[in-house]
Amino acid sequence: MSTQQAEPESQEAPKDPEMQGAESPAAEKQKGGGMVDQTSTDASELEGETVHIKVFRYDPEVEAKQEPRFDDFHVPFEKGMTVLDAVMYARDEYDSSLTFRHSCRQAVCGSDAFFVNGKQRLGCKTQIADLEQPVRIEPLPHQEVVKDLVVDMDHFYDQMHTVEPYFQQEDLPDGELEEQRQSRENREKVKMSTRCIWCGACMSSCNIAAGDNEYLGPAAINKAYRFAMDEREDEEIKEHRLRILEQEHGVWRCQTQFSCTEVCPKDIPLTEHIQELKREAVKKNLKFW
Amino acid sequence: MYEHDVIVVGAGGAGLRAAIAAHEAGADVAMVSKLHPVRSHTGAAEGGINAALREGDDWELHAYDTMKGSDYLADAPAVETLTQNSPEETINLEHWGMPFSREDDGRVSQRPFGGLSFPRTTYAGAETGHHLLHVMYEQVVKRGIQVYDEWYVMDLVTTDEPDPNDRECHGVVGYDVQSGKIEGFKAHDGVILATGGPGQAFDHTTNAVSCTGDGHAMAYRAGAPLEDMEFIQFHPTSLPSTGVLISEGVRGEGGILYNNEGERFMFEHGYANNDGELASRDVVARAELTEVNEGRGVNDEYVHLDMRHLGEERIMDRLENILHLAEDFEGVDGLIEPMPVKPGQHYAMGGIEVDEHGQTCVDGLYAAGECACVSVHGGNRLGGNALPELIVFGKRAGRHAAGDDLGEPEIKTGYGDDVEDETDTELPVAPGKAGLDTTGSVAADGGVTAEADGILERSVEAAREHVDSLIEKEDGVQHAEIRAKLQRAMTDYVNVFRTGDGIRKALKIIRECRQEYQNVYVDDPSRTFNTDLQQTIETRNLIDVAETIALGALVRNEFRGAHWRQENQTRDDENWLKHTLISWDDGEPSIFYRPVILDGENKTYEPKERSY
Repeated sequence: MSTQQAEPESQEAPKDPEMQGAESPAAEKQKGGGMVDQTSTDASELEGETVHIKVFRYDPEVEAKQEPRFDDFHVPFEKGMTVLDAVMYARDEYDSSLTFRHSCRQAVCGSDAFFVNGKQRLGCKTQIADLEQPVRIEPLPHQEVVKDLVVDMDHFYDQMHTVEPYFQQEDLPDGELEEQRQSRENREKVKMSTRCIWCGACMSSCNIAAGDNEYLGPAAINKAYRFAMDEREDEEIKEHRLRILEQEHGVWRCQTQFSCTEVCPKDIPLTEHIQELKREAVKKNLKFW
Repeated sequence: MYEHDVIVVGAGGAGLRAAIAAHEAGADVAMVSKLHPVRSHTGAAEGGINAALREGDDWELHAYDTMKGSDYLADAPAVETLTQNSPEETINLEHWGMPFSREDDGRVSQRPFGGLSFPRTTYAGAETGHHLLHVMYEQVVKRGIQVYDEWYVMDLVTTDEPDPNDRECHGVVGYDVQSGKIEGFKAHDGVILATGGPGQAFDHTTNAVSCTGDGHAMAYRAGAPLEDMEFIQFHPTSLPSTGVLISEGVRGEGGILYNNEGERFMFEHGYANNDGELASRDVVARAELTEVNEGRGVNDEYVHLDMRHLGEERIMDRLENILHLAEDFEGVDGLIEPMPVKPGQHYAMGGIEVDEHGQTCVDGLYAAGECACVSVHGGNRLGGNALPELIVFGKRAGRHAAGDDLGEPEIKTGYGDDVEDETDTELPVAPGKAGLDTTGSVAADGGVTAEADGILERSVEAAREHVDSLIEKEDGVQHAEIRAKLQRAMTDYVNVFRTGDGIRKALKIIRECRQEYQNVYVDDPSRTFNTDLQQTIETRNLIDVAETIALGALVRNEFRGAHWRQENQTRDDENWLKHTLISWDDGEPSIFYRPVILDGENKTYEPKERSY
């Protein structure tokens, strides 16, 4: 087993990925969403130190990576360093084949949701100093792994699209510059739901979604909530939306385990939104499938 | 091979708006994007959308502010098009369900922003871009527009007549990131580049890592000139550690800047005696760095932005997102302590030269959004003017590409009779192709009437060979090393304060990067999701774009907008009321100039001294 050290000389020449140590050769790809939060380390204790990260590796095409494994990297710590910073450093300095999605680095693009120390988190928003070492970084559970930390998001996108995720109000006010009025209270009501960045953390943490591929899932239901509760859409379309949601694999599948709410990086009260839609469906006397 | 009428490259604000408009005009549209649309960098915009919506405001005032903010380097027809169309386009977003912040009467809220004479910035909390992006993606889903997501466009497919004005664009070559497959995309009517900014040319930037100037570089190599590239906006309030953006909305709502002596320096040191923190961005960024350079910075690096006095209620209502950013990325609670901020690369005022319809000089090639320069921002973009640009010019490009008649454009493009030639500025090194193969520039093989399918096939073949050679090469230099060197040079020498000597140093380093790039290789042998390969191609684009930024900065020996030169600290209207254009002339950049258009619909915007 070889581990990468952050000695200045080792930063010069990127090392062969095949030389990376494999600490846990039989890494399990589909782990459930256990919610073990970690105790934090004081950042000042880490000054001048390296942090030890264990990163999941898998590539269906490269022989040495076909068997999933973990690679160890020791990355020099800097104050404010995030999980994303650490894996970027490992990639740029030690192994350029290390693969993950990332873009904005500020928690709005939703690309870098990983399974970090047993919890779904955005890499860019998670401080390394808050985590217990070694930091285990894995792809989102319950999604097919494409390579390393990259998962296939197609199913997630399909579920988002199932709920007709677009505003549907054809009856607009007269005059090009006339707005639809929306009360501050109503905007406040839908505000949290509009913050979703489609990162997929909630879906990955949901035990129900893991067992029922057709379950709409927390993100899609939240997207529907965003429209169903918006007073600018009229009653008819609201009813249509509730009919989509109350179907067999809709809101009633939710068992209020709160795992989605717990992992949401934008603090959206997903479970509460799902419950509210259940109540709406009951009030509208929609059939209980 | 895939075929569509209109192909939109990039799926952020401008791309989505262009696709919707082209679709509404009856075209079969496809979007090709290296990211899934909701991952686009438009989502990181915070502040808002300038639109003259209210009594007491009108498009002419907005146009005046924009011309002044630009330091009289914007073209009036473009600015007036922007300000006339922005109200309708902004309300259109509301009609599509955008969750704007609201007033008590239920109408959309507006707030003050830097350089504006009226509080006309329409916003949705401090996350306007996120909502704009999602609302427009929703409309793309609603219309069933085809999206090829995680397809990286490597090249434009363009004929190779000697004069770029005679060239024609037939499509693009795309690379499927997930599978490694390389395919041609044929566009019957037009290709619209909407690829965003080139912020990754710098190492302290608010831009996403995906902002690598791909569209700039591809258009440039296909013959469309890049315009005013020296004008790079450094946003006054980015977080020191990461470059994460703190919206101008904080200052718009009343946030105050302090130096390490607790002085409100914008006033106390006379940088902007009227507008203070709400002077335009170039003014505030220079003021902050001057404070730091004169020893009044906090930790010799940054200044403080304080919003505590606004009160929790107002902050939570209008700036909540800022609290989260300061907490997550700097460990600072904005409710109880001031936030550290410093200037960070934020926006490129320049870009691919286009007219008001989004057309470049290459037939069938369009550009919109930050990658384009129409030009509405001139030497300095006002906060809140980027988002209306996306929707107004994205829509126009989409409509025109789909065949709608938008009339005769007033802005000219390409090399022609109205341009002023070459510069006599001495360059420190011969720029251009030296040391770099030109794989993937103009792809046709000399046939003036080369037939589209043939050119497309040859381009795809060339791209496949290029990728094979990068992957099969056993050793050499890695892109990350070259990219880091390039970013460092740009930040060291082509930053807020610029000197001729510094820019020359940057050009030498860029040239070294070019030479090193000749030996670049991709370590990852896999065809599956090979980000190493993608970033290697992006790095080449960054080299081309960085060179045009530095070249433009070197030749423009005056001080205008965001472009400050130590040797020439005054604006020189006599010689420099003109745009810098750099075109890729057989692999060597050549420079020419086009006069700025100050004549608007009803008036001429006479250059005046800018004071705030």
